[in-house]
Amino acid sequence: MNKILKLSALAVAGVAFAGMASTAQAVDLNVVSWGGAYTASQMNAYHKPYMKMNSGVKINSLDYSGGLAEMRAQTESGNVTWDLVDVVLSDAITGCDEGMFRPIDVDKEMAKAPDGTPASKDFLKGTLLSECFVPQIIYSTVFAYRSDAWGGKKPSTMADVFDTAKFPGKRTLQKKPVNNLEWALLADGVPLDKIYDVLDTDAGKDRAFAKLATIKKDVIWWTEGAVPPQLLADGEAVFGTGYNGRWFSAIAEEKQPFAMLWDGQVLDIDGWAVPAKGKNVDAVMKFVKFATDTQRLADQAKYISYGPARMSSGPMVSKHATLGIEMGPHMPTKYASQGFLTNFAWWADNGDEMTERFNAWLLK
Amino acid sequence: MADDATMNGVVLAADGLPLKASLNKAMRKSRLRALLLVAPLFIFVLFSFLIPIFDMTMRSVDNWHVSGLMPETTKALENWDGKALPEEPVFAALILDLKAGAISREIGKVGTRLNYEKSGLRSMITSSARKSKKVKEGPYKPIVLKMHKRWKELETWTVIKRNTSKYTIGYYLNAVDMKYDNKTNDIVMQPEERQIYGTLFLRTFAISLAITLICVVLAYPISYLLATLPVRYSNLLMIFVLLPFWTSLLVRTTAWIAMLQSQGVLNDLFVFFGLVDDANRLQLIHNLTGTIIAMTHILLPFMVLPLYSVMKTIPPSYMRAALSLGANPVTAYVRVYMPLTLSGIGAGSILVFILSIGYYITPALVGGTDGTLISNQIAYHMQSSLNWGLAGALGALLLFSVLALYLIYNKIVGIDNMRLG
Repeated sequence: MNKILKLSALAVAGVAFAGMASTAQAVDLNVVSWGGAYTASQMNAYHKPYMKMNSGVKINSLDYSGGLAEMRAQTESGNVTWDLVDVVLSDAITGCDEGMFRPIDVDKEMAKAPDGTPASKDFLKGTLLSECFVPQIIYSTVFAYRSDAWGGKKPSTMADVFDTAKFPGKRTLQKKPVNNLEWALLADGVPLDKIYDVLDTDAGKDRAFAKLATIKKDVIWWTEGAVPPQLLADGEAVFGTGYNGRWFSAIAEEKQPFAMLWDGQVLDIDGWAVPAKGKNVDAVMKFVKFATDTQRLADQAKYISYGPARMSSGPMVSKHATLGIEMGPHMPTKYASQGFLTNFAWWADNGDEMTERFNAWLLK
Repeated sequence: MADDATMNGVVLAADGLPLKASLNKAMRKSRLRALLLVAPLFIFVLFSFLIPIFDMTMRSVDNWHVSGLMPETTKALENWDGKALPEEPVFAALILDLKAGAISREIGKVGTRLNYEKSGLRSMITSSARKSKKVKEGPYKPIVLKMHKRWKELETWTVIKRNTSKYTIGYYLNAVDMKYDNKTNDIVMQPEERQIYGTLFLRTFAISLAITLICVVLAYPISYLLATLPVRYSNLLMIFVLLPFWTSLLVRTTAWIAMLQSQGVLNDLFVFFGLVDDANRLQLIHNLTGTIIAMTHILLPFMVLPLYSVMKTIPPSYMRAALSLGANPVTAYVRVYMPLTLSGIGAGSILVFILSIGYYITPALVGGTDGTLISNQIAYHMQSSLNWGLAGALGALLLFSVLALYLIYNKIVGIDNMRLG
């Protein structure tokens, strides 16, 4: 009996030792992202080439549904299992302020452009809004409509979205105040660059809610990004807001009779954040440097219609890998002048209050 | 009659020890064995249920942020009277705290906490912490006042001072649509445009009650059929009840969307038979109607099963006896059969009601605006806004109200009368 015990103890020790020895060379990285077509584009453009070049690194791709709840839970419990998280900019700012993410010096730690431009100058202006964030793609939340809904008439401005007499039918909007309040003001005649000045006043807030109230009975509210294309496809709604990549797959891949309304599109930035208490920080920083270089960001645009966050990647964007469509016209960055960037600082301060007011308004 | 086994009136066992002690010993062994049997379940419940509930409830009163991350300011504000802006020592302490917080990168937590009570304080804290790194020497008061306009407002300091205490009822106030007035520190109602949780609590109870009643009405005849039909029919019927029960919740909810949406199966049928006009299709989903229909369907088995198992135990001879004693069928059914099923109705109702109070996925998918429940707000504060204190307070209120209902039920009906089978 004792002999067996000793033997098995030896065996366990041996396995443990072998495991330790192998981790010295090999490393498993848990990379968390949004799943679906988006994660697939990252695997094709970043993960697979990187694993081919570095045989010791194994990248496990995990899915999450956004938000910082899991990240905060991991940080508070001290057991951080994620090595890299794909986050929207607003979450990066919050997570950075709460100390969940590690600050990154992009010039020192990220790749230069091929012509030697330092990273901080190569990333698009206004994308480096958090010191814990490496930008990856520009996407937009944008309206699309059923092109067969009103015969020959086509909407062209945000005011048309709010005009239920001229363009009757249901609209499907995301169930949160962010963007909707801005759009309401835009439709009410506020110019793009004045939206947040107006929204910062009490009268401006009332004005936004009042304008939103004019279409309230025609709105179906969505919470999951997959819902709006479905509602339009089923004919349940004629207008919908959604992420431009999802509209692209509905239009280009599924051949749905939808058209984009780029007016008033809200540009947003998505990128990487490194958990401050992660276990493989050095290894993961090497991967982020690789995954956000000029070539890799341009490669990703072959698989999904989100614009690369580097200026130097822009000219390298080419055709879709399987559909053979020229991707340039489907990039939100092409229509940047018609849209605006969410004012994250304003929402960081007013988000709690506005969300409560929005939810109370919905109940009325 | 003196016996060997008794000594001074104490009964002894065969080995000479007092019988009581050796009995205790034997019992202890079996008690221990019983304890070991339930230990896995007990540990599971402890770690997956009791500790998390306790933790979330503690979070709903915990207020460590200011006192923990701004200890110097907390100390300096101890004797502040709240009538005018504080003096230089407070500002010197504030700079110390801001610098430390900027280095530890945790000062954002203070900003988040204070922003719950006054919008705008988040950016005041985070931007001032960034600027504080460059501050070298005093006097600090003018430097801080220049960092952000809100430092000049008395309200800001009232909010900070109030939150230097380690515990707060602020989250509970928020959960019942009240708040501190930041000028006077009095407790007042939220402005009307921000009142939401009271309405949601009431609506959650009303919807749950409606669903429970509909379930009783629908389940009663089904259960009666199940219990009285010959086995070969009742088994088939039972499968119809259980099949949806075994199907994934998401699948069932999505199926209801396909059935009820305005271009869906039901509306198509209505239009086909000319019941409604094609232009005015009924809105049956993404609203209260959708929530009630989908949730009733999902929760129906929880009513059918206890009712069925109670009805199964009622001997048919009772009804025959009542009839032969001269009662007409209706009287016999109402006065003899129905009272016997009360315990099943009680068990089913309490199951359905409590389950629907905490329901979350189905209302989130089909509820639209007027069909969402309090649990959807709790989920929002857990996942999106990260206001775990408020989520904890809302959850605790929900828990306590369910416990209160349970006690009332116990008082009126008696929990011993509840039968699940």
